[in-house]
Amino acid sequence: MTELTVNGTRHRFDGDPLTPLLWYLRDELALSGTRFGCGAGLCGCCTVHIDGAAARACSVAVGDIDGKVVTTIEGLGGTVLHPLQKAWIQLDVPQCGYCQSGQIMQAAALLAGNPAPTDPDIDDAMSGNICRCGTYPRIRAAIKAVASGSHAGLAPPPGGQLAATAKPVP
Amino acid sequence: MSTQPQTLGRRGFAFGISALAGLVAALPPMPSQAAGSTPSPNESKQQHPEVTVWVVIEPDDTTIIRVARSEMGQGSMTALPMLVAEELECDWALVRAEYVLASDNLARGRPWGDMVTAASLAIRASHAYLRKAGAQARTMLIDEAAARWGVGADACVAKNSVVTHIPTGRTLRYGALAQAASARAIPPNVPLKRPQDWQVIGRPLARLDTVEKVTARPIYASDVRLPGMLHAAVAACPARGGRIGHFDAQQVLAMPGVRQVVAVDNNAVAVVAASWWQAKKALDALSIVWDESSADGSAGLELSTEPLARMFRAGLDASDVAIGRRRGDIDAALATAATLVQADYEAPYLAHATMEPQTCTAHVTAQGAQVWAPTQNGEGTLLVVAQTLGIDPSRVVVHKHHLGGGFGRRGLAQDWARQAVLIAREVDAPVKMIWSREEDVRHDLYRPFCVARHTAGFDRAGRLIGWKTRLCGSSISDALARDRLKNGEDHEMMSGFLEEDMVYDVPNIEVGYVMRNTAVPVCFWRGVNHTQNGYFREAFVDEMARARGQDPYLFRRDLLAHSPRSLAVLDEVARRANWGRQHAGVHQGIAIVESYESVCAHVIDLSIDAAGQPTVHRVVCAIDSGYVVNPAIVTAQMQGAVAFGLGAALDGEITLHKGRVQQSNFHDYPVLRMNQMPPVETYLVPSADRYSAKWGGIGEPGVPPIAPALANAVFAATGRPVRSLPLSRHPLAPT
Repeated sequence: MTELTVNGTRHRFDGDPLTPLLWYLRDELALSGTRFGCGAGLCGCCTVHIDGAAARACSVAVGDIDGKVVTTIEGLGGTVLHPLQKAWIQLDVPQCGYCQSGQIMQAAALLAGNPAPTDPDIDDAMSGNICRCGTYPRIRAAIKAVASGSHAGLAPPPGGQLAATAKPVP
Repeated sequence: MSTQPQTLGRRGFAFGISALAGLVAALPPMPSQAAGSTPSPNESKQQHPEVTVWVVIEPDDTTIIRVARSEMGQGSMTALPMLVAEELECDWALVRAEYVLASDNLARGRPWGDMVTAASLAIRASHAYLRKAGAQARTMLIDEAAARWGVGADACVAKNSVVTHIPTGRTLRYGALAQAASARAIPPNVPLKRPQDWQVIGRPLARLDTVEKVTARPIYASDVRLPGMLHAAVAACPARGGRIGHFDAQQVLAMPGVRQVVAVDNNAVAVVAASWWQAKKALDALSIVWDESSADGSAGLELSTEPLARMFRAGLDASDVAIGRRRGDIDAALATAATLVQADYEAPYLAHATMEPQTCTAHVTAQGAQVWAPTQNGEGTLLVVAQTLGIDPSRVVVHKHHLGGGFGRRGLAQDWARQAVLIAREVDAPVKMIWSREEDVRHDLYRPFCVARHTAGFDRAGRLIGWKTRLCGSSISDALARDRLKNGEDHEMMSGFLEEDMVYDVPNIEVGYVMRNTAVPVCFWRGVNHTQNGYFREAFVDEMARARGQDPYLFRRDLLAHSPRSLAVLDEVARRANWGRQHAGVHQGIAIVESYESVCAHVIDLSIDAAGQPTVHRVVCAIDSGYVVNPAIVTAQMQGAVAFGLGAALDGEITLHKGRVQQSNFHDYPVLRMNQMPPVETYLVPSADRYSAKWGGIGEPGVPPIAPALANAVFAATGRPVRSLPLSRHPLAPT
């Protein structure tokens, strides 16, 4: 029996304790925002926070995190968008988008420990997260925008879709 | 130019499903929302009448614009609606994009035209009919307003989803007009705006799919959840061409969650379980004996990298050559040349490594099949599912999801769809199949391993008088699209050297291709044959320039003297990159490739440290795509193309040993990471219709010039040409 808290909700898991957290989140808790990319901790697609630290959910067994607090992309901002999500929207960071949950979770862990990262800091923190579409320049820009506090003042991109859809995450 | 959707017959557009239209044209309409069906989040859920098939306007003015192509990161879900919106005169803030269902397209006689999303053709093949669709709907809305007011339509104007009667100032919103307008006849001929009047095309509008991607909405096929759904993990025979020897399902059926073990196509085994992890764990525990005795290629060719490479190299001397282009008398020119320059080049097999491994969810019942798929080709998926199951295409519904990367892997190659329905056919429930990354790398269809031999001749005055190129590798079209062959010859394997896509002015020229097909599957890979051929061509141009003692940029300028479009792009990239004025220790490489009716050039600034480690400091890109629909998307695509192509050129290589692919995951098939990503400066030099009436592609043209720009920068740094890729093969430390 494993107990853990995911996005503020306590869960009990009595399945195979070797089950990777990734598949527990996706298949049992229906939290599909944490995505499968490699299964070996090599790509960062499945990055979540465990007790606030970035971790690869594909490589963490549920049985090893008894009592821990897990945050996924669905719970990152609570009831509102996290500043990184806002910056991601304002800079139109994603292309295919598949890796972006992991990128945002990794960036959030970076900023939590280092509110003003340098370029080398960003390289160190983010180079475990692969993006095959090559959105790296905008990821870097979005992290810097949040770090400098300028994301709030970024002009929204032209077009009205942002205002129409950028509502708090339910 | 045609303005009707159709299966375009032009070479480069036909993708082999044209027969499908006739096959099912007479079928009754298939309801999109079949009983028990779960649509994809971005699929058409029509509540209100269509003004035309492309446009639905709800009473609150929400404007739904249908998209027939697929979104895989390249921005189709935004740029294609922009084309319609330009002429529709709707308020862009009210626009929502939705996918057309392949089954609806087929049942209704293909009113949405081709759904293929490949060859960078989403815009270039459909801009005319999408703008026309917007103009038709706008005309119908204006006519409806004019009829209500009893005034002439020419006294009315539409803007921001409102029709205004100019003399009186009366207005009617689109939402109040749409229902009645939908009953009006669609005007066959409508004038389109002049480019100088465009208000939407050319603006860097925000993408319509960003918020859902940032807030983790379940928009991918691998996110699908269906009542009673089971999960499948698959292992195919690790050796190409091998098959199942034997396995004992009893070994794992008692494991937690496991429901079934299914043999697929005699060459793969799937375990179906309550969760994917349970399926994968049982699959790993299952002792499968593979029969690899048939894993050899034809004629006893060992499917290992070296024997394969030797066979392709030998092809350069073979006589069964398909000639793609011949100008002047190449043999005479080379015989009389004062100087000859000759070099052989090689490019490796490459995997796609889409961020989302291959996946497909399928539910097969007595009534038919539904699949939830990340597909570049919705109709192609539908046809493959129907053929695999031996059922009528009218009994198949394909729910399209955004792709977690495409790059050519999910278009004509529908092996994943076949596997998914073969598994689901054996299971009394919907089944979500997901490949492990290892399965994805080892059972990809690869960019072909190719070799090239160049021979160039110069006269006594140092002028290039002859250039002969021989290419050898496996034909993509022969494997996947035989209707694209010409008399059995695959001229697309010579992309980048053909008359339409190599504009260098050389009086005597010949390019030929020797086809050598093997059991190693090959496939379209972002940029396709322009990628290896662009490298072969542009790296050799630098060798020629150096042999003549000329600057590579100026050498190209001379060859492009009569090609103003390419020359303008070349000049722009050189000017923006401060060509020739780089800092000490920094070396520049330049390359230009014409592809998909666009012209793209890159300059790379590179240094190599004492340990031989190369660093790319900057990439400067110039791109002429004719017209630009959304410059922000173009800029993003150029950055993405640099990342995709640079990663491959630096480290990408798939090798084989006795039929087994030796790479398996991102540790041994590395792709570009954040710390390797150079700043990319992109300069748009759209020539509109100055040189042609074409709208150029954007998804791929940034890829082909990046590998040769890298090779040429290294050549400049070391004085040694880079005649094979990846660069990691070559020791670069100063000697």
